[in-house]
Amino acid sequence: MAMTRAVKKGLRLAIASGKGGTGKTTVTAALASIWSQALCRPVVAVDCDVEEPNLHLFLRPVIRRAETAKLEVPMVAEAALCADCAACRELCQFGAVTVMAGKPLVFPEMCHGCGGCLAVCPTGVLVAGSRELGRIEEGATETASYLAGRLRIGEAQSPPLIRAVLARLNKVAEPGADVLIDAPPGVSCPAVTTVSGADAVLLVAEPTPFGIHDFELAVEAFTPLHKPMAVVINRSGPGTPELLALCRGHNLPVLAEIASDRTVAETYARGGLLHEAGAHYRAVCFALARSLAELPQTAREAAHA
Amino acid sequence: MPEIVVLSGKGGAGKTSVTAAFAALSRNAVLCDLDVDAPDLHILLAPRGSRREPFVAGHLAAIDPARCDGCGECAARCRYGAVSAADRDRFVINPAHCEGCKVCVVLCPRQAILFTPRTCGVSAVSDTRYGPFVHARLDPGAENSGRLVALLRQKAKALAKEQGRDLILADGAPGIACPVVSSITGATLAVLVTEPTPSGSHDLGRVATLCDHFKLPTAVLLNKADLNPDEAARIEDACRDAGRPIVGRLPYSPDVTAAMAARQTLTEYGGPLADALAEAWANVLNLAAAPKPQRNPF
Ligand code: SF4
Ligand code: SF4
Ligand code: SF4
Ligand code: SF4
Repeated sequence: MAMTRAVKKGLRLAIASGKGGTGKTTVTAALASIWSQALCRPVVAVDCDVEEPNLHLFLRPVIRRAETAKLEVPMVAEAALCADCAACRELCQFGAVTVMAGKPLVFPEMCHGCGGCLAVCPTGVLVAGSRELGRIEEGATETASYLAGRLRIGEAQSPPLIRAVLARLNKVAEPGADVLIDAPPGVSCPAVTTVSGADAVLLVAEPTPFGIHDFELAVEAFTPLHKPMAVVINRSGPGTPELLALCRGHNLPVLAEIASDRTVAETYARGGLLHEAGAHYRAVCFALARSLAELPQTAREAAHA
Repeated sequence: MPEIVVLSGKGGAGKTSVTAAFAALSRNAVLCDLDVDAPDLHILLAPRGSRREPFVAGHLAAIDPARCDGCGECAARCRYGAVSAADRDRFVINPAHCEGCKVCVVLCPRQAILFTPRTCGVSAVSDTRYGPFVHARLDPGAENSGRLVALLRQKAKALAKEQGRDLILADGAPGIACPVVSSITGATLAVLVTEPTPSGSHDLGRVATLCDHFKLPTAVLLNKADLNPDEAARIEDACRDAGRPIVGRLPYSPDVTAAMAARQTLTEYGGPLADALAEAWANVLNLAAAPKPQRNPF
């Protein structure tokens, strides 16, 4: 709108990988720590790996606010009103509601919160209740704002909590702040849900046969989302030329290479950050942050070239 | 029949390399890769003669443009943001976001929405140098991985019975949600592979809690044990206190990557890791054969 003064929208970057253990969290944590210094822009670090959130172990944020995230699921208000029409059971695709002896029975754990049974129930027996998905934590480190989801143990579905974290992000991120999202590993529903909410994707890849295979799956999964993508090679080693060739084939810029180095492994094992492993790694992280800030532009130019 | 599942909570702890090494040591097992989102075990097991089958689960909604009058009811009702306006009087469904909940299908006043079964991936039974192998691949972005995992376990059991195999060894799914729950319910023993790093012990805690929740006995294999000896000692103490046996300790070694690059299991590659893994496997078999510990709280 012409009325509102244009606030420069920050970059929303998802850090993803075909699989866990490739160094996604290591890269996210290091970037979050040096981002503001490298680019003079505020940054929010978001942990969307809600099944195994690990970012806090490296960033050690102070948590200022925590809330329970809930999913709307049906609840039986007055069973005696049930018309035994079975409309709820016939609609539910997840076997989360059934009718026994003329009374509805809800299995909240299996419900996907689609709202269908509530919409079709003619008598109002079913009303909106809720299931706890997990927690959303908000806080800050010395260098970044922090937001994370933590799935309740026993909760089977992570995408609803991821959606809740991203919705919260829209409320709390200060205008113009860049956002770094640690995505869930893999390429299934939770990862795609997270990456869909970003403007650009950084893939962390490892040049081993496992890593290269996982990387190919990730490229296949995220390419259809049409977002600018780039690659960081972690634990660079003998397989690197093959990985580089793959990146060239897919037109993906490789923005940094991190060597396979026992110093890095030990720094990580102590809970240290990548840029703390030595001056060289510090320089790598700063250069990476700067090229990432340019990524949407680089990708646009590459597309038009 | 004992069913052993190798887990780590999170990737990168060496779960698949350990499973492959165990597979090479097993005598008469059915092997299984339950990490259907990002399967890797086949890279080391080199399956051949695969018998593939499409995996069909759930449904996908699609709008028939000839019948849609653009009332927008579907877009208003879809809680997954899968429906959007294509132009003024037509709506479309983005398959990547459709959960197949059927709400739009039932509530569309013009019955303009089709609801067709959805192929979400493929499952296969193959031969390997260590015995039959059940594996799968889920299409990118698909859900229902829990159901696919359950299907694989069913197939593995049937195959074991048919061929007179005496053990099922599975590379488990990562995480703590639906797919991993599917891979552990009713199993005999979970081997939890961990490493002495902050995330290693954090993830171990979460996956162990999950196994306890489902009353599945667990054993711990400590990988890269020498990377952080203090943390390793803390993990061992915590496991001892919880009555969780430690079946082995592996050193940090470049052999893991070298063996992988040679497409060999650590057992085939040899060296100190192979010896430590053989000992761990013997411990695992003992635990899987022993009757479940009875705890009497009184
Ligand atoms: S809200 Fe949807 S998923 Fe949940 S019980 Fe009702 S119909 Fe089933
Ligand atoms: S839709 Fe409502 S009235 Fe009909 S069976 Fe279900 S709960 Fe009963
Ligand atoms: S509810 Fe049916 S008719 Fe209305 S916009 Fe959707 S598909 Fe078209
Ligand atoms: S089936 Fe459910 S998720 Fe799919 S488009 Fe219809 S309402 Fe949305």
